[in-house]
Amino acid sequence: MRWLWVVLSLWLCVAGSGEARAAEDRFITLVSTTSTDNSGLLDHLLPRFRAASGIQVRSVVVGTGQALRIARNGDADVLLVHDRASEEKFVADGFGTERFDVMYNEFILLGPKSDPAGIRGLTDAAAALAKLAGVEAVFVSRGDDSGTHKAELRLWKAASIDPVEDSGRWYRETGSGMGATLNTAAALDGYALSDRATWLTFRNPGDLTILVEGDARLRNPYGVIAVSATRHPHVKLADAQRFVAWLTGPAGQAAIAAFRLEGQVLFHPNAARPD
Amino acid sequence: MVDFFEAFRTAVRLILDLDADLVEIVLLSLRVSLTALVPAVLIGMPLGAFVAIRAFPLRRVVVVFMSALMALPPVVVGLAVYVVLSRAGPLGNLGLLFTPTAMVIAQAILIAPIIASLTRQTVADLWEEYEEQLRSLGASRLGAIPTLLWEGRYRLVTTTLAGLGRAIAEVGAVIIVGGNIAHATRVMTTAIALETSKGDLVLAMGLGLVLIALSLFINAVAFWIQDLAQRVEA
Amino acid sequence: METPARTLLPIELEDVGYAVRKARPLVGVSGVFSQGPLTVVIGPNGAGKSVLLRLCHGLLEPSSGKIRLGLETREDRIRAQAMVFQRPVLLRRSAAANVDYALKLRGVSAADRPGRVRAALEAAGLGSVASRAARVLSGGEQQRLAIARAWALRPEVLFLDEPTASLDPQAVQHIEGLVRSIHRSGTKVIMTTHDLGQAKRLADEIWFLHRGRLVECAAAEEFFRSPATSEAQTFLEGKLLL
Repeated sequence: MRWLWVVLSLWLCVAGSGEARAAEDRFITLVSTTSTDNSGLLDHLLPRFRAASGIQVRSVVVGTGQALRIARNGDADVLLVHDRASEEKFVADGFGTERFDVMYNEFILLGPKSDPAGIRGLTDAAAALAKLAGVEAVFVSRGDDSGTHKAELRLWKAASIDPVEDSGRWYRETGSGMGATLNTAAALDGYALSDRATWLTFRNPGDLTILVEGDARLRNPYGVIAVSATRHPHVKLADAQRFVAWLTGPAGQAAIAAFRLEGQVLFHPNAARPD
Repeated sequence: MVDFFEAFRTAVRLILDLDADLVEIVLLSLRVSLTALVPAVLIGMPLGAFVAIRAFPLRRVVVVFMSALMALPPVVVGLAVYVVLSRAGPLGNLGLLFTPTAMVIAQAILIAPIIASLTRQTVADLWEEYEEQLRSLGASRLGAIPTLLWEGRYRLVTTTLAGLGRAIAEVGAVIIVGGNIAHATRVMTTAIALETSKGDLVLAMGLGLVLIALSLFINAVAFWIQDLAQRVEA
Repeated sequence: METPARTLLPIELEDVGYAVRKARPLVGVSGVFSQGPLTVVIGPNGAGKSVLLRLCHGLLEPSSGKIRLGLETREDRIRAQAMVFQRPVLLRRSAAANVDYALKLRGVSAADRPGRVRAALEAAGLGSVASRAARVLSGGEQQRLAIARAWALRPEVLFLDEPTASLDPQAVQHIEGLVRSIHRSGTKVIMTTHDLGQAKRLADEIWFLHRGRLVECAAAEEFFRSPATSEAQTFLEGKLLL
């Protein structure tokens, strides 16, 4: 019988630890995308916002598509994603209060150093994709309904190609996050579209390198939206709006501009009234 | 690519340094899984024992069903719990999604069938040995359940630890219902998934080794308890 | 009119049979177990001795015929009897806790239990191992503990199914002494054995079973002096009874 008490008290010790601390926090739930988190931007911004407001921001990091669904269900208070069309629809459907520009970063087209399709140095991203399709070079797509995935599909459309027809052959859809997709591309010596932030922090590049960058169509704008309290009365609207105001205001915009990764600026602030 | 020895060194360094983030993640893992163990045991064990010794219609079906549930895919459990706990779901007003509590619920659902199934096996074996004696002493079938559970206590500790092992090593369910939020719902397995997605395979492997070490420890404890039981109480 | 204190005895068997699938381990047994003699049920292996005990004890239901007991309710019947099995089934706890468990099941109050536990263990010569784990005791000690546990319940009838099978002679002697003192204390003892010597040493009354039938039922002295049937004679001569 004695050992039972030992086990039980051990359980209480571990199960009880940290419970008190978690309860007293004032927090909002932010749902955002892999690129903002993996780059370290959120770690850079959120403590600054907390210092300014006393509000902790808990971030759930998923693809844009899933992020929108989570917010639609009312499971988050604020949304920071990068797919303008779905963001505007989200607001139009009454799930969000208003969409604000925050910043943009850039997509880049990656491929093996040997570049068998010969797209290195092209400045037209759509033309590069057309070339890839022409020689049926392995292209690894997110295939997960994320902002990056949607941006990629827009580029294919601009090139008048429907790669999904060749899905499973040279066009590979991983259905996973940016990192997993890059892991796959590296392993297959394939091409892939990535955001610069994830690429810079990616630690398993293998033979991958940047082949195409700088096309205006490769700009990747981020929007921030506080989830509407009309449909989901429980959301912490006031705190969420404070976060939106801070992020699009001078302090937040300056913090974004100041963020560097390996000496490079990754996110360019572009809120309507930065000052 | 991944240098296995570098991964190993990373793991050892993380453990020896008692890295604050690592400790927090490991403690949360333990807290969530140990908490999940309680309802799973409180429900699974009596249920398993009941099915073991009580004849009722469709009992075989229930037994097969219970065994099948042992292999419940975590992702499916995660999704189901997500749908229920989401603000748009039936229990949405509790606001439990993306909290450790949601992870506890998902893990409890995952491991309760394991505990029930293994308990059923243990108690059925014991019942075969004890049935005549207990009936002779005047115990009813239901009244025999606590006795049998107590008689099987050492094997049931192993059963419990098997449940704990499964809970702590599971990722599919907790990443969906917990959201892998840093300092709130990030546990070992979701942290491993995150590091892998960052391409930081070395750190992921390091965390993986910590997880394996913990599993080894749990199993060693289970083995030790059985061994002790055999020597002390035959 | 005053109702006299009811007792379980006599146990009357009327044409009792037991069948399980094709096998019929017991066929048409009629007889009476009454207060007084120490009854030993003998017969070769497979004669149906254990089944007979289990039927009387209520662990099995007869497939045919009737067993009449002096008490009506299940509750009263369980309280009036106890059984010791060939292989003692002891709980994984101390010797004393094993006895305590049985007393608790029978609703003996917590205040009374320690005294009765001690008395039963002392009577079985187990006072010194009361706190030892039951399952690590020797075979003989385990069987004595099983008997002490049954006896602590103060049953009117005690069934013992081959209580000394596979024990060494010293342990057998110890247990036979225990059985005698239980009998002397007024408890009706009904036991099975396939050990003729043991039957001679203990029995007041013999039930001789063969192939599921009650072949002979007689006072022990008479049975061993002049068995009435040829089967019993063959059995007593130590020949194989086919």
